[in-house]
Amino acid sequence: MLTKLTGGIVYDPANKVNGKKKDIYIEDGRIVSKPRNVEPDQEYNIGGKIVMAGAIDLHTHIGGGKGNIARMLMPENHRIDPVAHTDIKRAGTGHAMPSTFTTGYRYAEMGYTAAFEPAVLPINARQAHMEMGDTPMLDKGGYVMLGSDDFFLRMMTANKDQQAINDYVAWTLRATQCVGIKVVNPGGISAFKFNQRQLDLDENNTHYNVTPRQILKSLATAIKELGISHPLHVHGSNLGVPGNIQTTLDSIVGVEGLPMHLTHVQFHSYGTEGDFKFSSGGAELAEAINKNNNVSVDVGQIMFGQTITASGDNQRQYANHGISSPNKWVCMDIECDAGCGLVPFKYKDQNFVNALQWAIGLEIFLLVKDPWRIFLTTDHPNGAPFTSYPHLIRLLMDKSFRNDMLATIHPEAQKMTTLGAIDREYSMQEIAILTRAGAAKIIGLENRGALGKGDFADIAVYTENDNREKMFEKPDYVFKDGELVVKEGEVVKVVWGTTHIVRPDYDKSIEKDLKKYFDRFMTMKVGNFTISDDEITEDGRGSLTVHPTVGEKV
Amino acid sequence: MTEITEVPSPFCGMGTDDLTIKVNGVSIKVSKNGCEVNTAAFEQAITDTSPRVDGKEVSLKQAVTRASEILRNANQPVIGGCATDVNGMRALMALADGNGAVVDNMNFTKARGNFLALQDSGWMNTTLAEIKNRCDLFVVIACDLEVFAPRFYQRYLWNKESMFLDDTSAREVIYIGKAPSGKASTSPKKTKAQVLECADADLPEVLAVLRALIKENLVVAEQVGGITVADLQVIADKLKAATYGVVTWSASTLDFSQAELTVQTICELVKEVNASGVRCSGFPLGGKEGDQTANQVCGWQTGYPARMRFSSDIPEYDPFLYDINQMFDNGEVDALVWVQAFNSSAIPPTGGKIPTIVVARSGMRFKEEPEVFIPVGTPGIDHAGHAYRLDNVVAIRLKKLRDSGLPSTAEVLTAIEQGLVS
Repeated sequence: MLTKLTGGIVYDPANKVNGKKKDIYIEDGRIVSKPRNVEPDQEYNIGGKIVMAGAIDLHTHIGGGKGNIARMLMPENHRIDPVAHTDIKRAGTGHAMPSTFTTGYRYAEMGYTAAFEPAVLPINARQAHMEMGDTPMLDKGGYVMLGSDDFFLRMMTANKDQQAINDYVAWTLRATQCVGIKVVNPGGISAFKFNQRQLDLDENNTHYNVTPRQILKSLATAIKELGISHPLHVHGSNLGVPGNIQTTLDSIVGVEGLPMHLTHVQFHSYGTEGDFKFSSGGAELAEAINKNNNVSVDVGQIMFGQTITASGDNQRQYANHGISSPNKWVCMDIECDAGCGLVPFKYKDQNFVNALQWAIGLEIFLLVKDPWRIFLTTDHPNGAPFTSYPHLIRLLMDKSFRNDMLATIHPEAQKMTTLGAIDREYSMQEIAILTRAGAAKIIGLENRGALGKGDFADIAVYTENDNREKMFEKPDYVFKDGELVVKEGEVVKVVWGTTHIVRPDYDKSIEKDLKKYFDRFMTMKVGNFTISDDEITEDGRGSLTVHPTVGEKV
Repeated sequence: MTEITEVPSPFCGMGTDDLTIKVNGVSIKVSKNGCEVNTAAFEQAITDTSPRVDGKEVSLKQAVTRASEILRNANQPVIGGCATDVNGMRALMALADGNGAVVDNMNFTKARGNFLALQDSGWMNTTLAEIKNRCDLFVVIACDLEVFAPRFYQRYLWNKESMFLDDTSAREVIYIGKAPSGKASTSPKKTKAQVLECADADLPEVLAVLRALIKENLVVAEQVGGITVADLQVIADKLKAATYGVVTWSASTLDFSQAELTVQTICELVKEVNASGVRCSGFPLGGKEGDQTANQVCGWQTGYPARMRFSSDIPEYDPFLYDINQMFDNGEVDALVWVQAFNSSAIPPTGGKIPTIVVARSGMRFKEEPEVFIPVGTPGIDHAGHAYRLDNVVAIRLKKLRDSGLPSTAEVLTAIEQGLVS
């Protein structure tokens, strides 16, 4: 079937199309060139409407055990946002940590067609995939967490060569069916199990005598040498600690030019100046990003209101439990693999720290120059639920709106930020880069996030509106793999996306060491740990899409 | 005859996956690493192979049609048991959502203390591999662990090697409340567990005093529930001197009114040991017969654990109101679906008073024959699947061991759901 979208204004940065009126043809789920002498079977007249690829969220906690603990912990937060079933949609709940079906529908209803879970514990990867398997409308994938797992740390202590580390990283990616590697508070989750309550970049894990800097270097090298597209996805040391901007800057130096993605960098850009000993490191961070082409970031913007922070970083989550609101929280040590911490937060605009966090995130957005190396996230649900993205886009695109909001926050925080003096407004094309083309590129998704010939027809169509929040919260149409799935902001067809993965090669001899390790120390057999393809595909909905890897010796 | 190794068990809650099983046609023999719980559960023979309606054998299609008809005509259907694998639970949720049913896991009341404590103040917990490699002090509150999980000590405490302990046999075990019924907790060096016995009714007070001592609050009493405060002080000191203490309890054995407050005391005392500067973790027991699986799937699909309802088209959770036993007593239910794919002796609680559809493991013997009985395969024996371990983090991949021809829970419940609209 041939479908034609007629007369839209297309923003397709991957193909250097910037606001040009252009017809789009879709056949068999892909975008095709204008066919000769064939009339479309279906035509959508979208004259003057804005057309972009489907949006891609490269960092959102949508699948895995900690998210489900977050759900269980907050029944009162679901009660305020119940979602009834319809003829085609399942019932569910919002708000901070929505149920899986609701997550999929709400993403699609904003024009998103893919979302990536950034903290898959290897031992919990099965659950992450099962939850994402129950998340409709979206393509998905996971970044699997390494760096505090005892197998890796034992290798580091034993000075195993880089090749062996690479083999372990590749094996983990395959065994857990993931698309990238995440490191969370490198070595710090393990350190907490040895009762170290903090861990600086150059501080030893007391048991392993390994520092976070060494872990970053080792994993970043592995990714480069294995040829995994997505750079090492780094949740740095000292999250939330005043003064951690220095740790972040040191981490950038520490990775020695290797590709690195610093995630929710807002939480890692704090200074210690001022009366409250808490200040913005936004400008310093942005300067470092502007200078270092090997580094990309997503922001992890906070928004005011109730949410819950869900993190693998049990060390920092434990440190922050005293400010949980409501006062209930969970920390877990998990399977000699990682950990997790759930701490509900209520960000308040009249709280100095929260207000400044809000401003720091926006400073970073506006001061980082290259839109291909910065991404739009709230670290859902940690900074705010993903449903606040349209509001965030308005803050970026509309200076007067931004300054109006700035004028309402804690007065001391207003004094401590340069936000009011920043004139930049994001263009439509830049938003398309942050939320589409750039995200597809940095994850290494082939033929996604773009609207050229041969690309998958994941498309969002919006009606131009000066109020960008209104515009981006309700697309006229969303197509997923060429099918109309959302109309006027409502799901009209439920579909199931693919799971993006990579399968780098490795030397199979690592499996002997792993078998021995699992038999001696773990609580399951290594053969039962590995996730088979049919676990994702046997329900008839799921599928796997393997992206290529081309390694390069460092 | 085929031999299958590294078989995971959905029955013991531990996710034990080192069983060796011999399969001969449809007969199963656990030849290695069985235990009192797993061996019997795996070896149980298939007796029913055909569905029944009103006691008469019928085709699967006829049974499904009748089940759908009962549910279509019900004003307040409930789905109980909820003992199945992940796919079974997914189908159960879809059926409940489509039919406006209550979903109530059969062990929810027993686990309720944990949910109430979690949702009120939270906890700091750990998982099996951490215990196996780190735990140097293990405190058991008011439960008989070796009856609950016969191989627990052998696999997770008296394991020969650990990554962080030089000598696992030097681990210390303390019981508060009940004494252990056997010797599993005695160390390989023959060191017996220390036992501080008290009556269940005294547990809240005993644990409150232990918590007060950990917090270094003044305790004036000299004894509580028959235990001297001096003895409790020794335990408080040990918890604060341990490298990685673990406190375990089973909400199901805290069988007294407002036991959630006792669970909360345990969770808070663990937090307070951490606040004093050393590590300590809780470890709630439970999770047999798919309890964790039910709560996990219900959790990610609705945001709530498995005592909730779709009666108003939205998910609603109430840990007390949607107890189906209470709903029966109040006359609030007019159809029951009972799902129990693991344990054929766990029969539906209604005794035939309301129209009942049973989707259960072959061999279930009823006091009153239900309207519809559909025998289904057992996850991990008759079909592949997923089940959660008690620590709620690890999902195990269950294997298909034999070809019994029995349908899965998911197949049956999906067919019933599809029949709702016809």
